[in-house]
Amino acid sequence: MSGTTLPSGDRPVFYETEEHAHPEGASTMLGFWIYLMSDCLIFACLFATYAVLGGSYAGGPGPRDLFELPLVALNTTMLLLSSITYGFAMLVMDKGRVGATQLWLAITGLFGLAFLSIELTEFANLIHEGATPQRSAFLSSFFTLVGTHGLHVTFGIVWLVTLMAQVARHGLIAANRRRLMCLSLFWHFLDVIWIGVFTFVYLLGVLR
Amino acid sequence: MSDVGHAGARHGDHHAQGDAPHGSLGGYMIGFGLSVLLTAIPFWLVMTGALGDSRVTAFVIMGLAGVQILVHMIFFLHMSTRSEGGWTMMALIFTVVIVGITLAGSLWVMYHLNANMMPHASMPGGDGVHDMQDMR
Repeated sequence: MSGTTLPSGDRPVFYETEEHAHPEGASTMLGFWIYLMSDCLIFACLFATYAVLGGSYAGGPGPRDLFELPLVALNTTMLLLSSITYGFAMLVMDKGRVGATQLWLAITGLFGLAFLSIELTEFANLIHEGATPQRSAFLSSFFTLVGTHGLHVTFGIVWLVTLMAQVARHGLIAANRRRLMCLSLFWHFLDVIWIGVFTFVYLLGVLR
Repeated sequence: MSDVGHAGARHGDHHAQGDAPHGSLGGYMIGFGLSVLLTAIPFWLVMTGALGDSRVTAFVIMGLAGVQILVHMIFFLHMSTRSEGGWTMMALIFTVVIVGITLAGSLWVMYHLNANMMPHASMPGGDGVHDMQDMR
């Protein structure tokens, strides 16, 4: 208020002394979306790093020697299935069916776990073959990019289990619906990132 | 006063939910079907080498990835120009611009850096280190 000039004359002036109402959660979805966009920038940096360093093998193994596309295809399937089952969870949530929502969330979590297990198996195989992150710049950037995505999926699963406990305790109240919608955005966003990973890292890597 | 506040909050909740993107079963199934196709085709192209030329294959799979990202945005993330009064779209456009600058800029700069710093890119008869010293 310090910047305003005081009114001269006899026109009445009204000030709003109370802030207008901000209903709980009204801006959550936009705020969460902006978080996702900033997360997108993290992945953009990691993709850029991989694009720059992805050809520096340091005399070590390249993508063609390391990547097993059938395994990646299976992994992609798991993540895509988890996306559609989360969609089903949102649909039954709209109808207020607690049991069905919990069931679809559980199935989503299982697909997420399958994705993680396959990815960790792949990482274990690579490390067993000596293709560790320390081997070359290509492998460092590969493990950083794919590992960061995997870490996001891990935390997504932790969040999913937390929300299942919340729903079990309090039911599908407005706050829980809002949280589930945020996780929905997060989960589908991870699938979008994975499209970039399987295309640019795995498929283009094998083509190179 | 508390009555008004309560009514306002309830209205707000309703507003938040009414505004929120809701998918339909049909929408999710269309999105899923398209995604399966757009995932299966690039894997098939690369694993069988059906197109022969790897450069053409690379462009095709990058194009398919772009289309699939759009499909996910529309059918799974329910993006539209109307959600949250257009602000999610503004944030998205801003992010796409920054991501474009980050990726294109990194590749552009680092490609030229590599081309100028590689020892084998130097003139015949000298290695990179001598070149650098000559330039001083």
